[in-house]
Amino acid sequence: MAMQFYASPEQIMRDRSELARKGIARGRSAVVLSYSGGVLFVAENLSSALHKVSEIYDRIGFAAVGRYNEFENLRRAGVRMADLNGLSYDRRDVTGRALANAFAQTLGAIFTEQSKPFEVEICVAEVGATAAEDELYRLTYDGSVNDEPGRMAMGGQAEAITGVLKSNHRPDMSLGEAAKVAVQALSSVGGEGGAARTIAANQLEVAVLDRQRVGRTFRRITGAALTALLDGKAAPPASDLPDTPSVPTGEAGKPTSSAGSADLEDRPGQADS
Amino acid sequence: MFTNAGTSSFTTFLSRVAPEMLPGRRPLPPGMAADLAPHATTIVAIAAAEGVVMAGDRRATMGNLIAQRDIEKVHPADAYSLVGIAGTAGIGIELMRLFQVELEHYEKIEGAMLSLDGKANRLASMIRGNLGAAMQGLAVVPLFAGFDLAAADPARAGRIFSFDVTGGPYEETGYDAIGSGSLFAKSALKKRFRAGLSVEDATRLAVEALYDAADDDTATGGPDLTRRIYPVVMTATAEGTYRLTDAETATIAEGVVAGRMENPGG
Repeated sequence: MAMQFYASPEQIMRDRSELARKGIARGRSAVVLSYSGGVLFVAENLSSALHKVSEIYDRIGFAAVGRYNEFENLRRAGVRMADLNGLSYDRRDVTGRALANAFAQTLGAIFTEQSKPFEVEICVAEVGATAAEDELYRLTYDGSVNDEPGRMAMGGQAEAITGVLKSNHRPDMSLGEAAKVAVQALSSVGGEGGAARTIAANQLEVAVLDRQRVGRTFRRITGAALTALLDGKAAPPASDLPDTPSVPTGEAGKPTSSAGSADLEDRPGQADS
Repeated sequence: MFTNAGTSSFTTFLSRVAPEMLPGRRPLPPGMAADLAPHATTIVAIAAAEGVVMAGDRRATMGNLIAQRDIEKVHPADAYSLVGIAGTAGIGIELMRLFQVELEHYEKIEGAMLSLDGKANRLASMIRGNLGAAMQGLAVVPLFAGFDLAAADPARAGRIFSFDVTGGPYEETGYDAIGSGSLFAKSALKKRFRAGLSVEDATRLAVEALYDAADDDTATGGPDLTRRIYPVVMTATAEGTYRLTDAETATIAEGVVAGRMENPGG
């Protein structure tokens, strides 16, 4: 009869943590930060179809690093949960905190119960009425959850990137400034001999949760709009979705009842700062 | 239950985890229930050169009573499509909300919007699911219209789909109406509709058709000038969906009423 080797629980947890940390550190990084007009997501991503940053609900976005199939699974679960709760209650009752809790439970259960933990780190961000009310939750592979102060970095060399973010980021920045800080932070690591490098626009995935909008606030910034934003020229919050379906809104502060979104401004699709 | 790789369809997901939230999945006691709940009435949709216009009156009735004067029966389904409901108001509103979530859910999960035909088929299968309730008098029949982003000819991008209680969908050419006053609204549109109308003209025509429906059908409400309740008018064009403001519909409705002062037949 074969005897099973004894491994202490501490040893098992350490091994799993190490596996997850290594997996995450191999991937490219992502940063999330608040700016005056909303929450900005910037991820280094060579693919334009397999997203690291995506929409969960009206005012909630999702960013992840690590293994794609694992965080995609979590993202889908998040969208399902948000849509189910939004339909059962009201669109305003879907919160980033509840989603972060659900993700934490799932990740925690997988970490302790399964032989291989998820090699992912995710951020759930909810845009508030002001930059001070933005909520950024960092969730790690073991299910621990942290409330981050307006900025965070995930992935390989996250600590070095966080250091650069910390010294340059202010919550009252414009979108253009915030994008510059984010790209500067991402490119501060990974060059020859630990030096800075340049990252081309087509290797970046950029999206915002636009504070000024009601209804669905998530917008991707791609193509010419992204190049212009990174060059510091005009910074329109353009998107790959044809712009701004306007939807009836009783009053500006009230979320729409529908699957569209509307600007607070009269003219939809106008650039903000 | 959320983490199963599963489906991109929200209703399919619901049928697995919370079937009681689908209108067609509830057991109904036997018997007719037609007079139990308010009924929503007339909706018209008109294809225009730049897209499509949908308008609905504001009345809900229960037998001979007016249940609500300012119900809203025309809603955006997503960024480029509109849905109007006639029939049992409660189930209709539930179905419409579910349809909105269905479209948004697919878009978020897949990262791309459904095609316009895909949306219409999805709505048809949701209506089909309600067939049991429809046979007991709780029927819901929607009207669906939208701007087809994939249309080869931009003049044909505004498309209208109608349904029956067993599903459908049937694509309509030019215009269509549903609800108790639809017979009169369609008769009015038959004489006045021309292909290639501008959105402004189609908007006016829709309000005229609703006036004609209200003229001959007691369950359809005309423009209520004393309470300032006017039809809900929405458009779907390349720029997305847009709901005309109360001021805009007031101007149109007052114009229509002024016209009828001189010629009641329109």
